[in-house]
Amino acid sequence: MAKLHVSTTINGEPVEFLTEPGESMLDVLRGPLGLTGSKEGCGSGDCGACTITLDDRLVCSCLMLAAEAEGHEIRTIESMAEGETLHPLQQKFLEMAALQCGICTPGVLMAAKSLLERNPDPTETEVRFWLAGNLCRCTGYDKIVRAVLETAADMREAAR
Amino acid sequence: MNVISNKWIGQRTIRPDGADKVTGRAAYSADTTMPGLIWGKVLRSPHAHARIRSIDTSKAEALPGVKAVVTAKDIVDFPLDKPVMLGIQDMRWMCRNVMAREKALFHGHPVAAVAATSERIAQEACRLIEVDYEVLPHVIEIEDALKPDAPILHDFIKFDGKPSNIAGKLEHKLGDVDAGFAEADVIVERSFTTRPVHQGYIEPHSCLVSVSGDGKATIWSSSQGQFMVRAMTSLLTGIPQSDIRAFPAEIGGGFGGKTIIYLEPLAVVLSKKSGRPVKMTMTREEVFRASGPTSGSMSTVKIGATKDGRIVAAKGVFYLQAGALPGSPIRGAAGCAFAPYNIPNVHSLGFDVVSNRSKVAAYRAPGAPIGAYAAECVMDELAEALKMDPLELRLRNAAKEGTKAAHGPVFPRIGYEETIRAAMEHPHYSAPLGPNQGRGVASGFWFNAGGESSAQVNITEDGNVVVTTGHPDIGGSRASIANITAELLGIDYRKVSVLIGDTATIGYSNLTGGSRVLFASAMVVTQSTEKVIKTLCERAAKIWKIDPEAVEWEDGEARPAGDNAGKFPALSLAELAARATETGGPIGAGVQANTTGAEGGFATHICDVEVDRELGIVRVLRYTSFQDVGRAVHPSYVEGQMQGGAAQGIGWALSEEYLYDKQGRVDNASFLDYRMPVCSDLPMLDTVMIEVPNPKHPQGVRGVGEVPLVPPLAAVANAVYAALGHRFDSLPMSPPKVLAALEPAEA
Amino acid sequence: MTDIRYLAPRTLDEAVGAFAAAAGAARILAGGTDLLVQMRAGVLRPGLIVDIKKIPEMTSIEETADGGFRIGAAVSGAALADHPKFGQVWPGVLEAVNLIGSTQVQGRASPGGNLCNGSPAGDSVPAMIAAGAIVTVQGPNGRRRMPVEAVPAGPGRTTLAPGEILVSFELPPRPAGSGDAYLRMIPRTEMDIAVVGCGVSLTLQDGVCTAARVGLGAVAPTVLLVEDAAKALIGSKLDDAALEAAAAACRAVCRPINDKRGTIVYRTKVAGVLLKRAAGIAAERAGRA
Repeated sequence: MAKLHVSTTINGEPVEFLTEPGESMLDVLRGPLGLTGSKEGCGSGDCGACTITLDDRLVCSCLMLAAEAEGHEIRTIESMAEGETLHPLQQKFLEMAALQCGICTPGVLMAAKSLLERNPDPTETEVRFWLAGNLCRCTGYDKIVRAVLETAADMREAAR
Repeated sequence: MNVISNKWIGQRTIRPDGADKVTGRAAYSADTTMPGLIWGKVLRSPHAHARIRSIDTSKAEALPGVKAVVTAKDIVDFPLDKPVMLGIQDMRWMCRNVMAREKALFHGHPVAAVAATSERIAQEACRLIEVDYEVLPHVIEIEDALKPDAPILHDFIKFDGKPSNIAGKLEHKLGDVDAGFAEADVIVERSFTTRPVHQGYIEPHSCLVSVSGDGKATIWSSSQGQFMVRAMTSLLTGIPQSDIRAFPAEIGGGFGGKTIIYLEPLAVVLSKKSGRPVKMTMTREEVFRASGPTSGSMSTVKIGATKDGRIVAAKGVFYLQAGALPGSPIRGAAGCAFAPYNIPNVHSLGFDVVSNRSKVAAYRAPGAPIGAYAAECVMDELAEALKMDPLELRLRNAAKEGTKAAHGPVFPRIGYEETIRAAMEHPHYSAPLGPNQGRGVASGFWFNAGGESSAQVNITEDGNVVVTTGHPDIGGSRASIANITAELLGIDYRKVSVLIGDTATIGYSNLTGGSRVLFASAMVVTQSTEKVIKTLCERAAKIWKIDPEAVEWEDGEARPAGDNAGKFPALSLAELAARATETGGPIGAGVQANTTGAEGGFATHICDVEVDRELGIVRVLRYTSFQDVGRAVHPSYVEGQMQGGAAQGIGWALSEEYLYDKQGRVDNASFLDYRMPVCSDLPMLDTVMIEVPNPKHPQGVRGVGEVPLVPPLAAVANAVYAALGHRFDSLPMSPPKVLAALEPAEA
Repeated sequence: MTDIRYLAPRTLDEAVGAFAAAAGAARILAGGTDLLVQMRAGVLRPGLIVDIKKIPEMTSIEETADGGFRIGAAVSGAALADHPKFGQVWPGVLEAVNLIGSTQVQGRASPGGNLCNGSPAGDSVPAMIAAGAIVTVQGPNGRRRMPVEAVPAGPGRTTLAPGEILVSFELPPRPAGSGDAYLRMIPRTEMDIAVVGCGVSLTLQDGVCTAARVGLGAVAPTVLLVEDAAKALIGSKLDDAALEAAAAACRAVCRPINDKRGTIVYRTKVAGVLLKRAAGIAAERAGRA
């Protein structure tokens, strides 16, 4: 099978890889690129565990061909902390126990980060609908929503 | 019970595995890789019920890239006439569940597996396997399976002497129900149905297996018990347990569904045959089709009370779907339904019914939500008939210390009454409701479990602590163990590392299930830590050249006590660790025990709903759970259990169900059409933790993980009744069903 | 095992050429939120995937000189939501496009894909029909334009000729006093396929409805333009009788099926309810406009 050569940017670094034309971005991230923080819960865009950003827009990496990354910029959960410094959302999720098994957590965090970048002062309803594509079976979402709202408040305070 | 301070127990500490989980570093089963690995795929039955006449794998084996093929003949057979039990699982059924033998018993039942150099080749090879099926009539629903002319799944199963789909019966009796009902002024009887629902863990089943040239197998997989993985794989492959090393990967949810295995034995045989490491991962569709949901059910409950609200008799009959092979949780349904109440006369019956569905697996308080749904709806109706507040009725009849439960035990000190009183006094219970809104309450009980557990507590040379236990951490148990260890040693919890050992590095530990993990592991960790403290005191005594009895451990240091008090400067954990070699060698202790004294858990829930009368949509507006949690060692993760269970129960009540087509195939095997609650479906889920310590546990721990799923089905149903005046006796209360009930003439 | 090829042409002509040359074996990739699911489920195994997102015309949103809009077929829902003006003029179309899947799916899914997927339950389609959108398609025989309701042919099928690619939607300019709305019934609050979807666009003058269009989804093999419902609204003050007549017209055109997502009885009843509610929202917006 003829593989395609793809040049892209992942987490700020230039990356090149070969992909089969039908292969998803998630398969390439988790396979050859070893970025297993993005999880596969369904492969059909219904659970959000594979959430990444493509040119700063949230997408399910299972619903994107790896070939489409050519010339674009991708970010994954692996880029959320800066070195040893966790993103405020990551820190808040730990403090408020907004995760149990943790399998949905990378996707939830990526989605929540994107929300706060667009809307620094979301309502509970806005958080709930923004995160509706991130299934979590452990928490009932309560602590996740509270952690996002508290992080938003902290970040607004810090920005003053 | 030990008297201990509360420096760390009860604190909301940061979980030891947290940073890895928020940065994407935590390794779940599908995240592991190995040089040279190949991919395994399962060929599944396209029929709901078919005799397998023959399987020809020659074309698949000839496909370039294919390295091994497995069929039932490669898996150890367990003859049908001889039960071989592993815990609650009968290996006769497990061997037939992981790979169909005589018959394919459900759509999606594995019939063969292939390992190849790519997933695509493995899939293609599956298509090349020729299976000669004799398609048989199938049966899906309980009522159909019980009909006299129903297709019989297993000729060897007899009920009342005749071939039957009823594979088992369980009966609890207390007093004389007929006499009890004769005493009753008011009797309510109603029949209910529930649909099978899936645990819905977000991580699909997955494993990576490597069998080396000498036949030793290493397994990395996500399960609720690495020792269960080892034992079952050993039985199904014939490899001795000592030659299998099972590593517990981080687990992405289980809720009971990962207390059995599907892929590991197949991967072991594929790896053995191919000489290559083999990775197998289910798709979400495979998870829905072929891994265990919990049972659908048909039940009838009858409760009688005197006019002053004293319950005098209760009867329950519960038919539960087992799936294609016996083993539904009838014990949970029949045993838990009436357990919250002090009822002198009880007769509770459970029937295990097979049909052509995937075999059920445990799901959070298995069977108990089904029993409680029926019993707690009838309690609601009874309260109305008695013109009594539904919580008041529960309080008057609440089980308490000394109450004899129909399933056997006499309760010790329990906190059920406290959950009811807390609910009655909570502002939620008296908050005003708007139009088309209703409030419901329900209670629930779960047995909880103890069992085998092992721990090793080691002091590192630099004076920190490593605790190893044997239970996969599914909801934050490592954080709680760190709190307990830090408390006992009097040190900062951040000095304690908590790890889950693999089957070769920690002693046998029963699986993560039955709400047992913290109960059991806290016991063995406590005993181990106490041994360590004793050793530390002995080492200090040696240094001071005094009697070890004259040393006490306080605030993380050894201090001379009694007559010697103040005579020597205290020795810290770090100082003692540094001098370990000269004082007698490494410091550490392990304990292995079969823990007992896990006492039952009780909860009472309040739910408010609003119904859109034109569309039939029910939304939960407010939800509060009150639970006797024993001792909340880490309150956040206790609340998390309460909230997660409530959310699952709301899904079960309103939107989740397995749908089958006429051919007996699951029609909604995806997260799109199997409707688990999403974030925007739910309100905040409030929790009230009530701490009535378990008298039989050093920290007062009671299991907290499962009882949260017991009351919600009835709490939601009772709220819908309050909103509409119509009682739904079948779940889920989906919009078409609700609208049809509101406008029956047009429907 | 046949190989898949992937092409991301820069021009429409190139795309049409490759798409037509591959005959039935090719699939267009816009957002991919249907295509990749179908490929993974094994329902589809295309020989060629033509990614149209590198073609500027496919991903641009333009305000036309007369105050209408031209939306490239591959514009994502998220991009449409970010447009400073579109949502003010066509709030109903925007909310319909933004109901296709989750936030993540919004980052990719496009109205063009939603239409060409041919699902009777596509959320954007009833709203586009109500809006009176005109589509442009280009194929080996050149370009043509047609009303959006002429595209669906049945579940999973369209009237596009072999080799034709959907290029864009044109939405007309809005007279004063106009408003639109889209509502769907789903069991959950998000992440479901519409059990029924209803789009209403109308214009009010002095409280009287002077123009109206109604699109209805998931109640027949294709999304429907319900002209009788529009007739019932036009000339009325959207009083209860007119709304009930329009609702009855919606119920009358329903030819739904019983399936895992809804029953015939339920869908039919809900079609009328949604018409009334959507008309109410559209009227409220028209009053403000």
